[in-house]
Amino acid sequence: MSDASYLSLEKLTLAYGDSVAVANLDLDIRKGELIALLGPSGCGKTTTMRAIAGLLAVKSGHVRLDGADITRVPANKRAVGLMFQSYALFPHLSVYENVAFGLKLKGMRGTELDTKVQSGLKSVGLSAFANRKPAELSGGQQQRVALARSMVMEPKVLLLDEPLSNLDARLRLEMRTELQRVQKETGVTMIFVTHDQAEALALADRIVVMKSGKIEQIGSPEDIYNRPSSSFVADFVGFENIFPLENGKMKTSAGLIDLSGDVSSGAPSAAGLAWRPRMVTLGTGPFQGTVRGTSFAGDAREYLLDSSFGPIKAEVEASQPAHALGDALAFDLPVEKAAPLSRFV
Amino acid sequence: MTLRSLFIPITLLLVIAFLIGPFLIIVAASFSAGETLAFPPQGFSLRWIAKVFTVESFRASFGMSLFLAIGGTAAALVLGIPASYALSRYKLPGAEIVRTVVSAPIIVPGIIVGLALLRYIVVPFQVGITLALFLAHTALVLPYAVRVVSASLDNLRSDIEEAAVLLGSSRLGAFFRVVMPNIRGGIMSAFILGFVTSFNQVPVSLFLSGPGVRTLPVDMIAYMEIVFDPSVAALSSLLAFLSIGIVFIAERFLGFSRYV
Ligand SMILES: Nc1ncnc2c1ncn2[C@@H]1O[C@H](COP(=O)(O)OP(=O)(O)OP(=O)(O)O)[C@@H](O)[C@H]1O
Ligand SMILES: [Mg+2]
Repeated sequence: MSDASYLSLEKLTLAYGDSVAVANLDLDIRKGELIALLGPSGCGKTTTMRAIAGLLAVKSGHVRLDGADITRVPANKRAVGLMFQSYALFPHLSVYENVAFGLKLKGMRGTELDTKVQSGLKSVGLSAFANRKPAELSGGQQQRVALARSMVMEPKVLLLDEPLSNLDARLRLEMRTELQRVQKETGVTMIFVTHDQAEALALADRIVVMKSGKIEQIGSPEDIYNRPSSSFVADFVGFENIFPLENGKMKTSAGLIDLSGDVSSGAPSAAGLAWRPRMVTLGTGPFQGTVRGTSFAGDAREYLLDSSFGPIKAEVEASQPAHALGDALAFDLPVEKAAPLSRFV
Repeated sequence: MTLRSLFIPITLLLVIAFLIGPFLIIVAASFSAGETLAFPPQGFSLRWIAKVFTVESFRASFGMSLFLAIGGTAAALVLGIPASYALSRYKLPGAEIVRTVVSAPIIVPGIIVGLALLRYIVVPFQVGITLALFLAHTALVLPYAVRVVSASLDNLRSDIEEAAVLLGSSRLGAFFRVVMPNIRGGIMSAFILGFVTSFNQVPVSLFLSGPGVRTLPVDMIAYMEIVFDPSVAALSSLLAFLSIGIVFIAERFLGFSRYV
């Protein structure tokens, strides 16, 4: 086992009956890494997590953890923790008993058990709630109980399926910090699923973007945010103007369009180019557009332009003079700012 | 007051009168001092209530009914809990058929169930009457057990079982550690409903009685054919209060009505 593959998925194929949900997935995760699994609904994130946890039988391929092939190891012998989106706390047990559940199954008793449970509760700030039932806690508190319940087991990998999606915006931010702190303190390897690119960018060491049961791109948050490898990832992380290239020209509904910059020197092999709204130059440039929509976003203003080759989204600082609906504007899609895409899908 | 505005209260009164009326008459009759079952009662005494406890056959048949109600319901739960679990947790191919078969004893009239058991099981296989009664009561209670237990299973999230497994429990262990404790109320309710259903069951038991083996309701019918004194009314009242007491306690402690 090399350090780079503490947890590895090898040619993992997962299916529900005859319908394949995840196909030939390869992924290597380092010990102590925090990985975000990002992708649209139905792309197989939960399915992958359930297979790592052992709740879903693997159709073909292997799961290796800490040097051992655990593909056929039953879920209760894997030392993999999973935090469910619904928390899945045991409603009939107190907070204390919930946290003690797994430890008791390990045979832990007496003061050793008590010390361990108390420190688990303390680490999530719930010591005062030990005797409450889950139903008597807020969503955020239930989440902490679930985290403590998983963490006291000292899992080799902790999986979190959309851990923050049931919380309101403020609590989300709080729990995000909490997760990060627990991860740094314990050094546990974590994989968490999210729909929210901002969450993935903020938390993860590496982001895995999935699409229809396959990995689309793996990279650091900077990579994913600045250098999406395909039009799919670009779209997912907020590049709203995406065009394929053909012979150095931009291919649009209105035919091939010449760009103002030199495409061949910047990104000779690119299959497409993508611009965030903020990368579009407004006011000068070779193209003409008409303002079809505007929206104010605090420190910026967004414009939807109609151009001869389709709609363009642009964003400028709010301090700039505002344009009205129907105004005709010149604009540019500067090649040097564009993210080159190696695949257009 | 128009006729229209009186319509609902009057209907309500009539319904209550028809539901509760006979019960009140029986209770009144059981305190009669007279020699025959009659209403209005003649005088007041507790002699018929006392007599109930001295009738030998009532004691025997009460014991039989109690055994069937407890044993039959327990057996129905032993079969019904795993069946409900399988029906509610797995998408089984024949689930609907199983559900229908299990509910058959509710739909098919008791007379037919009794006759069928007698004709095709008791007679050809020489099954003893007690065993036949036990099997019959188990089958009769099973639909209620499955329905009530299924209702409480459907209200329980299934991911807690997976959570238990990931914390080191086996599948079976997860069932006993986190499923059973959370459907306890449903199981108790099923038990009470099954107990009362079995205890009050007449048509099936009517076919399955032999020398010295009778359930209490059947024994009461037999008694009335010979003796027409108020002791049957007294016994009925006692049983009614027993049932009411059980259901009251169940509602108080389990929220019984949530499950039925
Ligand atoms: N129990 C199941 N039976 C059959 N198909 C399923 C089942 N669970 C998921 N699928 C299918 O497998 C695919 C992947 O589902 P999965 O739940 O892994 O998606 P996901 O990425 O977690 O989506 P979401 O973000 O909505 O949670 C989907 O096409 C889904 O319809
Ligand atoms: Mg999911």
